[in-house]
Amino acid sequence: MGVLMSRVAIVGVGWYGFKPTTIDVSFQDMMFESSARAYANAKIDPRYDVDAFVDCQEDMWEGIAISDEFAPEPIGGALRPTFTVAGDGLEGIAHAYMLIKTGHFNVVSVESHGKPSEIKTLQDIYRFALDPLHVRPLDYVNPLFYAGLDAVAYMKRTGAKREHLAMVAVKNKNNGLSNERASFSTRIDLDYVLSSSYSIYPMTNYEIAPFSDASITFVLANEDYAKKLTENPVWIEGIGYSTETGTGATEWHEWGKMKSFRSAALMAYKMANLNGNPQVDFAEIEDRFSFMELLALEETMLVKEGEAHKMLEKGDLNRDGFLPVNPSGGSLSMGVQLEATGLSRLLEAYLQLTGKAGNHQLKNVRRGLVASWRGVPTYTSMVALLSV
Amino acid sequence: MSSKINKLPGIKLKEKEMYSLIGLVEDMPQAKYDFAAGTTISKFLEGLKEGKILGRKCPKCGRIFVPPRSYCEWCHVATNEWIEVPQTGEIHTAVITYISTKREKIERPEVVGTIKLDVPGYRDGEYEFAGLFHKICVDPQDVISGKAIGMKVKVRWKPKEERKGNILDIECFEPL
Repeated sequence: MGVLMSRVAIVGVGWYGFKPTTIDVSFQDMMFESSARAYANAKIDPRYDVDAFVDCQEDMWEGIAISDEFAPEPIGGALRPTFTVAGDGLEGIAHAYMLIKTGHFNVVSVESHGKPSEIKTLQDIYRFALDPLHVRPLDYVNPLFYAGLDAVAYMKRTGAKREHLAMVAVKNKNNGLSNERASFSTRIDLDYVLSSSYSIYPMTNYEIAPFSDASITFVLANEDYAKKLTENPVWIEGIGYSTETGTGATEWHEWGKMKSFRSAALMAYKMANLNGNPQVDFAEIEDRFSFMELLALEETMLVKEGEAHKMLEKGDLNRDGFLPVNPSGGSLSMGVQLEATGLSRLLEAYLQLTGKAGNHQLKNVRRGLVASWRGVPTYTSMVALLSV
Repeated sequence: MSSKINKLPGIKLKEKEMYSLIGLVEDMPQAKYDFAAGTTISKFLEGLKEGKILGRKCPKCGRIFVPPRSYCEWCHVATNEWIEVPQTGEIHTAVITYISTKREKIERPEVVGTIKLDVPGYRDGEYEFAGLFHKICVDPQDVISGKAIGMKVKVRWKPKEERKGNILDIECFEPL
């Protein structure tokens, strides 16, 4: 088969964690556990069958400078082609996709992990992501501000109310109740959220995703290998990623929008030969802040601008609705695993498409969208379109 | 997808203005971590406290890992057996350092190196081995003369009551 024509598929996955703390394992143990499960799932031996290894992590999260040196051993990549992407796991998937498309790599694995429970000064590390020259010196600044600023601007532009943001939390926190990875799911109703105090206006603590520890590994293969390795390949129809601006230039950011989602989505859709709404059966969409689910739905063109909150209100985004969004419970239920967050959403989409989502399995799903953001204070987004 | 930017916003600075603006903005990271040792390294550290060196064996290739690992990086399988290893070995390579980690001159030069432990089952001819990277209590002159390399050494433990379950419970390796 011609290299350019050959499609790229996910052929296996493994995960470990999704817990608020993982003191039982070192970060390397956790990487080994998830990767060993992924290779077992794909029925391959990484020491012979994987042509390259991609790892996604960031030094300040790891607490190790040049942490990519620690990447190969636990994932089977010692003395094999291995490299690190200092970004979200979905960017790693994009790199694996490209490697396979060159025709020189048949099977590539991608691991990402986050162990926020080990970072004693997590909020200080977030602060350290702010521009050192003209933002950090304003010592009352908190990176969560950026989410609040975008939320307020988004509500003003679209007419979405504070209640709509709370509705996202109610939907996702309840969806998570049937997902084994959703440590933060809880049975709450709208009044409960609305009567809670604000953390960052217009959001309460229920609308800001907490943190959890996890490692996730995916195995990708070209079309020939995918067909040999599994009866259930999930094809990556398109994948895109984009960064708008750093915290030194947020004055340039278009508040209440997320252009990086739009660019990443357009890149992914173009790859899939689509123009605009890809007509998916469900979506795993960024929701580490409640309003982001609505904003990301619009920026990825799954719904028309200003329509997301209306669909939410009608129940269209529920698990039994017209467009199920975050049937897993999303990050509000599963937590944020730092750079592994994108892969946690890809994992949910993969399980849905292979019919292995368990208690939160949707019926008759053949195409899904994953849209993830790197979180405050970044303006980096990734979008992947998957199908079976 | 990207549209061309014809004119950048902002005011262009003249060279004189540019160089009159130089300054330094100081800041310091507050970065603290608690690294989980996990069950494997925890047991190793507990062993040190008791005056034992513990390794883990790979069920596939038989390699014994000291310090122990939960997995064999060469076979990518979980290790499954604890082995107490001898506290003797030989100096594989050593270095004399006259400066600290931060490159400041230190009073007395220190010798550090890797010790290949006398571990049974180790296959000859392989470059990797069960061993430890640690301080070596030998005369720096022995490193310079080459006498240190291959020298038989043993663990010098800290007094039992001072051991805390960390790598410093071993004071150094000293000649046998």
